[in-house]
Amino acid sequence: MFWRRRDEPPEAPAAPEAPQSPDALPEPTTVARPRREPSGMGLRARPSGLGARLRTILGAGSAATEATWDEVEEALIGADVGAETTLELVDAARTRFRAEGGRSGDDARRALATELRDRLVRVGSGQFELGDAPSVILFVGVNGTGKTTSIAKLAHRLQAEGRTLALAAADTFRAAAVEQLRIWGEQLGVAVIAQRAGADPGAVAFDAVVAAESRKLDAVLVDTAGRLQNKQQLMDELAKIRRVIERRLPDQPRHVLLVLDATTGQNGLMQAEAFSREAGVTGIILTKLDGTAKGGVALAVADRLEVPILFVGVGEEIDAFAPFEPEAYVEWLFAE
Amino acid sequence: MFESLSSRLQGITERLRGKARITEADLDVALREIRLALLEADVNFKVVKDFVARVRERALGTDLLTGLNPGQQIVKIVHEELVEVLGGARHHLALAAKPSVLMMVGLQGSGKTTTAAKLAVRLRKDGKKPLLVAADVYRPAAVDQLVQLGDQIGVEVHTRPVGTPALEVARSGLEVARHRGVDVMILDTAGRLHVDDAMMDELVRIVGSVTPAETLLVVDAMTGQEAVRVAEAFHAKLPVTGLVLTKMDGDARGGAALSIRAATGLPIAFLGTGERTDGLEAFHPDRLAQRILGMGDILSFVERVQENVDQGEAEQAAQRMMENRFTLEDFRSQLNQIKKMGPIGQLVGMIPGAGQMAGAAQQAVDSGQMRRIEAIIDSMTPEERRRPDIIKASRRRRIALGSGTSTAEVNRLLKQFVEMQRMMKMISGGKMPRIGGGLGALLGR
Repeated sequence: MFWRRRDEPPEAPAAPEAPQSPDALPEPTTVARPRREPSGMGLRARPSGLGARLRTILGAGSAATEATWDEVEEALIGADVGAETTLELVDAARTRFRAEGGRSGDDARRALATELRDRLVRVGSGQFELGDAPSVILFVGVNGTGKTTSIAKLAHRLQAEGRTLALAAADTFRAAAVEQLRIWGEQLGVAVIAQRAGADPGAVAFDAVVAAESRKLDAVLVDTAGRLQNKQQLMDELAKIRRVIERRLPDQPRHVLLVLDATTGQNGLMQAEAFSREAGVTGIILTKLDGTAKGGVALAVADRLEVPILFVGVGEEIDAFAPFEPEAYVEWLFAE
Repeated sequence: MFESLSSRLQGITERLRGKARITEADLDVALREIRLALLEADVNFKVVKDFVARVRERALGTDLLTGLNPGQQIVKIVHEELVEVLGGARHHLALAAKPSVLMMVGLQGSGKTTTAAKLAVRLRKDGKKPLLVAADVYRPAAVDQLVQLGDQIGVEVHTRPVGTPALEVARSGLEVARHRGVDVMILDTAGRLHVDDAMMDELVRIVGSVTPAETLLVVDAMTGQEAVRVAEAFHAKLPVTGLVLTKMDGDARGGAALSIRAATGLPIAFLGTGERTDGLEAFHPDRLAQRILGMGDILSFVERVQENVDQGEAEQAAQRMMENRFTLEDFRSQLNQIKKMGPIGQLVGMIPGAGQMAGAAQQAVDSGQMRRIEAIIDSMTPEERRRPDIIKASRRRRIALGSGTSTAEVNRLLKQFVEMQRMMKMISGGKMPRIGGGLGALLGR
């Protein structure tokens, strides 16, 4: 087995605790990074970004020509939107541009922005309702996209809304994944439901649902091990985790959130497709948008698989997390 | 979801049949497909532009080789060019000094910590004494992760208490390495964004202090268009000596590797496959080129089969095949095993040359043909499954009724099964028929 068994006995799930005051928090278990300055939705425009490119292509005064549209295509592909979605988008934008009697680069830019926004809004991007208690939220995704960090961030956010929560460490596979979630739980003052490393993740999920019911929690956030979508056995395991939750509580998990790394290319589509098939993804958390990546593949996923983008991760800080706003996102894409 | 380049070029091949030379117009159509295929494989669009221009130059006016159709010939040129860009000499780690420092850098979640442990295993196998140094002082439990991996592989891990700056962890690690007669100190660092100046400066200071002999940039094979910018930024600030491409056991085409090679010239040192600590492979330009082109990857296919097939059961079935005792019962259990391996189209697509069949196979599953075959077999008695020759007209009617199919379908399955048995006899007799023929026939193609 990948995981080495530890000698200590499995810990019983800790009792839920009220959020602690800062001075009651345990010793720091990590060091804070040097903080970077965020701005609207936490997103920062970058001079070398797509916006500047589009501005060059779609200069305000000049007329939009066929060559212009070709260059727009290239710019979108460069933002990981993918060839197929890009071609459709640009076609639609061009049609709109003509129908509205557009002439200038600015008109073309507006037409494109409208098409982008409409597609995002149509699938319900940015709309997240926790729903009646308890809500079971399952986090899924490939390795290294930021599932555990996203859980901490969403927990922090829900806590601020006065929700009662628990986290469940159903990543029993990766070395120190349980500890990672536990540290977050300690920092946030949120109970972490965990078993021994190497335990059956389905059993942890079951414990989580039971805890949510008995403690009358608003939500329980379930972390799962990262898995590549082409590993069928691991995908079957995920489907099983889902079934365990479903059986105990019909209509749950209410949310299955796919954590997608913004630096991911076209494989993101295959990820979304496979995780939707096996676990019934209800929304996307787009992480690592604080780099230079534009996360265009999420746009393709939203458009082609009709899965909404719900949140964005924009940094290492616990509050570097925001509901996805189609308007702000498109503006950011086009910003200079 | 993605068509492989070879299947994209099939249509063009049809059009070009019978021509002796590739004309410019033919080529433009083909190059468009190549461009799309490379973009779908996440090759950076600027790199694609240059690359396609080079292919165009080479392909124009090239006389057709006998035995290759124009489509195949273009694929061959693309493949050769890819190998050229990807390849060059293999990167050998320069770790002669004792101790040498090998530093891992990269974005968050690219797989630095796992790769550090894998490198330790590999170096020890080469007779070196490694030391792992946990200088990711930021991510919760990152140090724990490396300590646990170190425990598991039996390699010492140097750590410092929480709150120690990464630079100090690295420096003290090097001292420990010197005292313990360590050959290679593997330095794990925190993931960071290439645009995070403060965090990049931390790495620059660490480099200044411990002078790594090798600095490996760890890149996720699923990375998209940004790969170039990320690699260029790390390369500009740090003395990066090579790349490790991780998560290669996924189904990403790995175009990022091509982009980074073309843009920075950095050699690809290793490929990371899987979460086990032995999942580190030497890089083969040839295999990666085929993967980027979606030309099938027989090794991935074999790996997938090995992962999912019950070894004992498979051996028994093989044994019965050799002895020509393969029954419908065995066939039924093989269908089950195939289903366990995931979407069949994807699976068949890994077989070189079977790209065309992938769609057909998937369609057979989607249209319920596979289930009908299962239903027919399930409606037989055990005796009938072992000895299909006893299935005469009345039994056929009963089976058709029981499985909700028609006698024609039952007949077809039985006929194809006999055909399959005949082929098996040929295989065990040393005469190899065309790959995929049997399965293709059974799936109604």
